[in-house]
Amino acid sequence: MSLVADNKSAVTQTLLDQLQSKSSKVAFMPDAEIISAIRYLEDKGIPNNKHEDYKYCNIEAVLRKEFKSVEQAFNELTNSDIAPLKIDEAINLVVVNGVYSEELSEKMIVKGLTVKSLNELSSTEKALLCSQAKSDTDALIALNTTFSANGLFLQIDKNNIIPMPLHVIYVNSGSANIVTNTRSFINVQANAQATLIESFYNIGSAKVFSNFVGEKFVGENAKLTCHTFQNEGALSYSVNTNQVKINKYSNYSNTTMTLSGELVRNNHNVVLADSNCEAHLNGLFISSGTQQIDNHTLIDHQMPHCESNELYKGIAKDKSAGTFNGKIFVRKDAQKTNAYQSSKNILMSDDATINTKPQLEIYADDVKCSHGTSTGKIDTEALFYLKARGIGEESARKLLLQAFAQELIDKIEIPSLQERVLHLFEKAL
Amino acid sequence: MISIKNLHASIGDKEILRGINLEVKAGEIHAIMGPNGSGKSTLSSVLAGREDYDVTEGEVTFNGKNLLDLSTEDRAREGLFLAFQYPIEIPGVSNINFLRTALNEIRAYHGQEEMAAKDFLALVKEKSKLVELDAKLASRSVNEGFSGGEKKRNEIFQMAMLNPKLAILDETDSGLDIDALRIVATGVNKLKSKDNATIVITHYQRLLDYIVPDFVHILYKGRIVKSGGKELALEMEAKGYDEIKKEFEIAD
Ligand SMILES: Nc1ncnc2c1ncn2[C@@H]1O[C@H](COP(=O)(O)OP(=O)(O)OP(=O)(O)O)[C@@H](O)[C@H]1O
Ligand SMILES: [Mg+2]
Repeated sequence: MSLVADNKSAVTQTLLDQLQSKSSKVAFMPDAEIISAIRYLEDKGIPNNKHEDYKYCNIEAVLRKEFKSVEQAFNELTNSDIAPLKIDEAINLVVVNGVYSEELSEKMIVKGLTVKSLNELSSTEKALLCSQAKSDTDALIALNTTFSANGLFLQIDKNNIIPMPLHVIYVNSGSANIVTNTRSFINVQANAQATLIESFYNIGSAKVFSNFVGEKFVGENAKLTCHTFQNEGALSYSVNTNQVKINKYSNYSNTTMTLSGELVRNNHNVVLADSNCEAHLNGLFISSGTQQIDNHTLIDHQMPHCESNELYKGIAKDKSAGTFNGKIFVRKDAQKTNAYQSSKNILMSDDATINTKPQLEIYADDVKCSHGTSTGKIDTEALFYLKARGIGEESARKLLLQAFAQELIDKIEIPSLQERVLHLFEKAL
Repeated sequence: MISIKNLHASIGDKEILRGINLEVKAGEIHAIMGPNGSGKSTLSSVLAGREDYDVTEGEVTFNGKNLLDLSTEDRAREGLFLAFQYPIEIPGVSNINFLRTALNEIRAYHGQEEMAAKDFLALVKEKSKLVELDAKLASRSVNEGFSGGEKKRNEIFQMAMLNPKLAILDETDSGLDIDALRIVATGVNKLKSKDNATIVITHYQRLLDYIVPDFVHILYKGRIVKSGGKELALEMEAKGYDEIKKEFEIAD
C-alpha cells in the first residue's frame, strides 16, 4: 500500500515509501494520530517554499536534492563515541538515531525522576503522547508521528526538585544517508523543578535528515529551564519542533544555541494555558558557508497575567542565511499580558541574509506588547575605536561579536556547557 | 615626531583639509584652535586612519615612517593616540578586557611578551588614580552609560595605560566640570616627557592655562592660517575669529 494515494507530491511519496519499507511499525503512538498524520501528509505533502511558514526553508527541496534515496543504514554507537559529548555535572541520557539507549545512558536513582522508552508507557502516560504535538497541524510533526523511533520519556514527579541538570544527547549516525524521526516527551508535574540540556549531534560521514519533535509539559507552579545545544555539522539537515504547554504559576525557559548545521529549522511553540505563568525563549546562532538557520517561535497567551520574553540573535557570515519569525497570540481572555520580543542580527558579508518577521495578533485590550528587530553590519564606529587603540581588525571584530552574543551566552547557567558554547562560538567567529 | 606636509583630505567630493602643514617635535605641546567645522576633528581622524576620508595629496611622516601607509591599528601601535571628541559606547566589551587586548597587541607588535595579569591590574590601579577614574568604571563596558565627563576622563585613562608617543586630544576639555578639567589637565601634564608630544584641540583658553602650549595654530577652512606662541590663544579668546574669517574667506 502506498501511503500517498493521489500523488500530492512525488518527494513525499518517495520518502514515505522508503521510510515505510525500512521502519518498523510504531506501536506506541495513538492509532488515531497516525491515521490523521497520514491523511495530513497525503493532503499537504512535505512543505516547500510555497508554504508560508517554510518560505525561506524549502524542506521538500532538501529532501529531493540530498535524500533521494534513504538507506536507513544506522550506525551503532559505543560509550567511547558518547563520552566526549557528555557534560560532567549532569545526568547524561542518550538517544541514538531516535532510539533511547538505556545502555549508553547514565543510571542514577534520583527521587522523583522517571526515564524510559516511549514503548514502555503506561496507558495514562500514553494518553499524553501527541496531546500537544497534533499530527494535523504540521507536516513534519505528522511525519514524525508516523515514523517515530522509540524515543525518550522523562518525568519529574510532583513536588520534586532534581538537583542536577539532565542532559539528553540526541545523536544521529549513519553509514549512508539516513532520516531520523526522534521523539521525546518531558513531563514536569506540579511544583516540580528541573534543568534540562538537549544536545544535538551527528557523528560520521553520512548525511542525516533529522526530524525531531519534543513535547513538554510544565505543570502548575513547576519550573523547567531548558538549554538546546545544536552542533550537528555540515552534513546535517534538521527540523526541531518543540511543542510546549505550561500551566498556572509555572515558569518555562529555553535558550537555543546553534553553532553548526547545514540546515537548521527550529519551531518552538509555547502555549501559556493558564494564568500567572511565564515563558522565556532565547536563541543565538552563528552561521557560515551556505548554512541556513531558522528560528520560528509561537507564543500563545490564552489566559490573563502571563508574561513572555523572547530574545534572538544571529550572526551570518559568507553566503549563509537566517530567519527569525516570531508569532505572538494574545487571546481575548489573556488580559494583563506582558509580551516582549526582540531579534537582533549582524551580517558579516554582503552575501549573507537574515529575514525577520514579528507577527503579533492581539485580541485582548489590556496588554503590554512590544517587539523590535534590527539587522545590520558590524558597527564600524566601534571597530574604528578599537583599532585606534592598537587592536587588530580580527580581534576587534571578535571582541564586538562576543559582546553582541554575551547576554545570550550568560543565560547558560551550567558552567561546562557555557564553556563548550563559548569555545565553539569563538572558533566559528 | 610628526611632520605633516600639504595634507589634503576630502569626503566624497567635499574637500575638508586643504593643505595642512605642521611639524611637531618630541617634548612639544601644540594647541590647535579654530571655528566650528574648520576641520580640526577631520585632521585628527585622518591622522588616526579613519577610512571615511580620502587623502588626495600630501604626506605625513611619523617617527620616520610614512604614517598614511599604516593601518589604523599599526598607527596606534607605533605610538599615535587619539582622544576622541565623541568617545563611543561599546556595550558588552569591558573596559578592562579592551585595554588588556590593546596593550598586549601593542606589546606583541614590539616583540614584547604579554603583560602578566598582576602587573596589568597594578597598572590599571595606578593610572586610574592619575585621572581619578572610579575603579568601578574600569570594569564596566567601554563608555556605556558613562556621563560626558566620565567618557573624557576615560580617554585620558586609556592614554595613560597605552603611553603613546604622540597624543592628539580632540576637545577633551569640553563637557568637563571645573574640577575634572583640572584633574584631566594635571594627568596629561604628568604623562608629559621629553620623548613624547601632545596636540591639544580646544576652543578655550582655560585648558591652556593648565596645559601650556609651546605653539598655537589657528585652523580655518582646512588650512592652518596662523601660528604663534601661547599668547595667540589669549588673543583669539579676546578678539574671536572675525578678523581671521575676513582675511581668509575662501569662496567655496
Ligand atoms: N562624514 C562627513 N560627511 C560629511 N561632511 C563631513 C563629515 N565629517 C566632517 N564633515 C564636514 O567637514 C567639516 C569639518 O568638520 P570637523 O568635524 O573636522 O570640524 P571641527 O573643526 O572639528 O569642528 P568642531 O569645532 O565643531 O568640533 C564640517 O563642515 C563637517 O560638516
Ligand atoms: Mg571637532
